[in-house]
Amino acid sequence: MCPTLAVTNAMKPAVTMAAATAFVLICSNIMVSLLRRLLKPHLRILVFTLTIATFVTIADRFLAAYVYEMSKQLGPYVPLIIVNCLIISRAEICASKQGLGVAISDGVGMSLGFGLGLATIATVREVLGSGTWFGLHVMPTGWPNWGIMALPPGAFITLGLLLAVAEWATEKRASTALWRTVRMLWSWRH
Amino acid sequence: MTQPTPSKGGYIGQAWLVILLALLYGGGLAGVENALSGKIEANKKAETYRVIPQLVAGTDPDSTQEIAVRGEHGKESLVYRIHRADGSHIGWVLSAAGQGFADRIELLIGLDPTVTSIRGMYVLNQKETPGLGDYITSADFQNRFRGKPADRPLAVVKTDPAADNEIRALSGATISSESVAAIVNRALANFREPLRALAAERSPGDLRPDESVE
Repeated sequence: MCPTLAVTNAMKPAVTMAAATAFVLICSNIMVSLLRRLLKPHLRILVFTLTIATFVTIADRFLAAYVYEMSKQLGPYVPLIIVNCLIISRAEICASKQGLGVAISDGVGMSLGFGLGLATIATVREVLGSGTWFGLHVMPTGWPNWGIMALPPGAFITLGLLLAVAEWATEKRASTALWRTVRMLWSWRH
Repeated sequence: MTQPTPSKGGYIGQAWLVILLALLYGGGLAGVENALSGKIEANKKAETYRVIPQLVAGTDPDSTQEIAVRGEHGKESLVYRIHRADGSHIGWVLSAAGQGFADRIELLIGLDPTVTSIRGMYVLNQKETPGLGDYITSADFQNRFRGKPADRPLAVVKTDPAADNEIRALSGATISSESVAAIVNRALANFREPLRALAAERSPGDLRPDESVE
């Protein structure tokens, strides 16, 4: 949550974080899947952490070399990918039990989902908070930027609202499905 | 009931994968560092040249000289000798690094030619705690070093400074503040006299402070 909320005040840092996380997640899934037959139960977390930390360090150095300003902007949040629960949980739940193909697919799918989540929060925050998207002006002239959306409270507000929308959509879908089932049963009876 | 302790061979037998991976990953990271460190250093140098005019006012970037200076601790460090456009020596920028609260902190310290006053301080690289220690990169904190004496150690205080060598700590980030002050103090202790000696050797293009430029 910490990096998620911290880097989503604009699209560029959010996309960079999503790309770095995707690199780490896919690479660590590949390594863990290849090593899965050699893992000992009581040492597996150590192997996961070692693997994830290695790829996070590579991502960090790569950003510092080729996207220096963004690397400085993200600061400690790139090293914090090491403690991203998504990565170690996929290593534990999927990669350590599945073959290479499944592990890669899982990494790609989870990365896309994580990237979509970050991009959604970042879009709301950047558009409302700065009137821009990827730095390009998208709001009408005279739009009063909602400064709070670019600040940390804006991250919590956006995340809360998006979770509420997701919950509402899920409930609506469930209630629609229930209503259809009831109608179907009613029509069978008559 | 206590578990039987594995023999030495047992430990190696259990941990061979971890040991092997540590060696492989370590070698891989060394290779990555070897491949990318030149590019990263070039990025840092470009940033340094961009920041130098903020650290020492009146800088002519084209006249800046890079000098390797041996400090009193016996180690060499890169020092930037700063000049005005007319060639007069107006200060130094010293790069320094040390351990912060979370990770290594790298600083640039702007100094006057005789190393009696700090002209400015800039945090080049840090990974301190987000929302607390990372405020050492704020202009507010960096400006607290401007004008402070360079001939005696700085002290970090939690209240408004009472003496001219005192720096007010960041609230909630005292260790990060103290780390920055300690890096500055250590760099000055090591390079104060060598830089003064270099400043005393007047270069042909330098002017004395009392000399005017027509």
